[in-house]
Amino acid sequence: MMAYVVIAYLCLAILAYLLLGGADFGAGIVELFTRGKDRRLLRQTMYHAIGPIWEANHMWLIIAVVILFVGFPRIYSVMSTYLHIPLLLMLMGIIARGTAFVFRNYDAVHDQMQVLYGRVFRYSSLLTPFFLGVIAASLIAGYIDPQAPDFWAAYMGSWLHGFGLAVGAFTVALCAYLASVYTIGEANSAADRRRFVRETRRATVAAVLCGALVFGAAQLEGIPLANWVFGNAVGLSAIAAATASLVALWVLLPDGSAAVLRVLAGFQATMILLAVGYAHFPAFVVLRHGAALSLVRELAPAKTTAALGWALLVGSLFILPALFYLYYSFQRASTRPESAH
Amino acid sequence: MDDFLAARSQMALSLGFHIIYSCIGMVMPFFMAVAHYRWLRTGNATYRNVTKAWSKGVAIFFATGAVSGTMLSFELGLLWPRFMEHAGPIFGMPFSLEGTAFFIEAIALGFFLYGWDRFHPWFHWFTGVVVGVSGLASGILVVAANAWMNSPAGFDYVNGQYLNIDPIQAMFNDAWASQALHMTVAAFAATGFAVAGVHAIMLLKRQNVTFHQRAFAIAAAFGAVAAVLQPLSGDVSAKDVARRQPAKLAAMEAHFRTEKAAALVLGGLPDEKAGQVNYAVKIPGLLSFLAHGNFAQEVTGLDRIRPEDRPPVLVPHLAFQLMVGLGMLMLGIALLYFWARWRRRAWLHSRWLLRLFAAATPAGFLAVEAGWTVTEVGRQPWIINGVMRTADAVTPMPGVVYSFYLFTAVYLSLSVVVVFLLYRQIKMVPVLYDVPPQVSLA
Repeated sequence: MMAYVVIAYLCLAILAYLLLGGADFGAGIVELFTRGKDRRLLRQTMYHAIGPIWEANHMWLIIAVVILFVGFPRIYSVMSTYLHIPLLLMLMGIIARGTAFVFRNYDAVHDQMQVLYGRVFRYSSLLTPFFLGVIAASLIAGYIDPQAPDFWAAYMGSWLHGFGLAVGAFTVALCAYLASVYTIGEANSAADRRRFVRETRRATVAAVLCGALVFGAAQLEGIPLANWVFGNAVGLSAIAAATASLVALWVLLPDGSAAVLRVLAGFQATMILLAVGYAHFPAFVVLRHGAALSLVRELAPAKTTAALGWALLVGSLFILPALFYLYYSFQRASTRPESAH
Repeated sequence: MDDFLAARSQMALSLGFHIIYSCIGMVMPFFMAVAHYRWLRTGNATYRNVTKAWSKGVAIFFATGAVSGTMLSFELGLLWPRFMEHAGPIFGMPFSLEGTAFFIEAIALGFFLYGWDRFHPWFHWFTGVVVGVSGLASGILVVAANAWMNSPAGFDYVNGQYLNIDPIQAMFNDAWASQALHMTVAAFAATGFAVAGVHAIMLLKRQNVTFHQRAFAIAAAFGAVAAVLQPLSGDVSAKDVARRQPAKLAAMEAHFRTEKAAALVLGGLPDEKAGQVNYAVKIPGLLSFLAHGNFAQEVTGLDRIRPEDRPPVLVPHLAFQLMVGLGMLMLGIALLYFWARWRRRAWLHSRWLLRLFAAATPAGFLAVEAGWTVTEVGRQPWIINGVMRTADAVTPMPGVVYSFYLFTAVYLSLSVVVVFLLYRQIKMVPVLYDVPPQVSLA
């Protein structure tokens, strides 16, 4: 029983990190691809929107990692051994981004250093989700090979492939898309909203193109992605629902309710994750030559699973209400009178 | 440098930095809560300014602590995958609870930093207290995991298999209580002295005297109380180590030969090959008393430990001497400070007392690093004491040395920026908080 709780929380943490952490990264990515006045407007809007909640958004990654190393120790160990290098690059992104965000908001003197913090923040906002995408792709691509004969095959070939890079690019575009949809709700005027809608349209096109790139790369490398996604009823309906809601979102962008837009965008990301995840479940890591590490078989001993499950259940009694109250308290923060902080 | 040494160095570096960020991140919220309380109770705006100034420090240190902590949760696997594969399910319980505590801390910090004038003042104050309490809980839980490495529990190790795993028993291992107490008090002492020291320096420069005096008084009180308590908790820890890890005790005390009425070795330079300590002062019987509460009792020396299981002696011994020396220095300053507050109020405004505090700014954190060195190097060659060797836990991936160089560069530049940022925060105090009252209302 507790096994399902642990697996459910792992999926939940990954999804929450994609939606919340992803939108958070996306803020930096969108900033990177805008210039001048738009960038300033965006930066200000995003600071008010994510300032109070960004630390919490990144906690989901920690929750996911802890579930992995306590509940699925062999999966964690294999991942960290064969995906050492992309994990390391992702960590560099996380440390650069987290500190640059705080430094640019908490440096008492505003001078040239701001340019540096801003640049580090924007580029690391792009690199971190890129490598997260590479890692996610490499888990299922089947290139991880514990019997690999040399350094290249074991530690580079495991992640450095066209499919991984394409999924990395898609993850970046998806984050930018989530963030730009999210910002629409933070617009203070019709003119701002038009700007944000323009950003969202650009990000949507980028995400669709990168999605196509992922399928192209999979085709070239002989990864049966189309079969995973379209080969079963769940995947097929998830993708159909995502596509339909994307069309709806595109139509609603100029005048639709911001909350509806956010729900649609979140729904699409969830469906994409579901379609790919469902095809593999319970496999979490696919190894070369078809073997796989399954979430069911690699589960930690019963007492550990039970303790972890209870810790997660009881923990969420504290976390979730506090988190919802945090989001509730600071929603549309930018329209309220601002105080010095 | 070989990959094994590189992996150990990278871990030491990462933890060495993380320990500073997280100590400050978990202790400063309490200073902040006291200042905030006084502002709400008295309406004295200086306390509000102190609270706001400190909250920026907390934000900076929490963020660096959070990212360096995130890195560590990955580095455990990146560097020690074979350790984590076996240890994860056994010592993972405190980490899963810590996840909650850390999450709550991040949420509460969001409320606190962005909640000025937005919530009921006492709710806002309460969120600041939650930051401190959950930060403290995180720290205590993480120490439980380290304590388990010193005092493994909650499993049976049979023919290389880890059987009958019980994560709850593993969490409540023998070393947790004494280690958590020692680390918590150390965090308060180190942060208290560091913060008080910085404000003392500003007072010596006669800048923003009221602001820095109020801030100094709060930080110094916390630091001084902790500095007085720390030797007591150190005594508990030493007796505990003597009982559980005689090899570590022998290494930190440079106690080579098992003997009754063992002498305490003060200072000196251990010569590991010859098995003796040169240039040291020896106090007969005192080691037996400190380790076992009895001047005559036998204290196990390194000669009773198999050569392949012996920890290095030079590093733990010197680090231990440094830690105890700094602890005594802080105890002395703390006692002077209490005497001043109780009997000699004039001393509180004297420059020599401020100079003492200013000089002791880094003392607490140096002691924390030294103590951390003692416990980690003193546990070698084991990663799980008596069960798994550190050398057997390291990643099979070659080239870790480049990762070590990368981390060194990252942590050093990060520290430079953090120090630079704090310097600018302090420098800007007159501009940010010393505006005349009629302007500050605007």
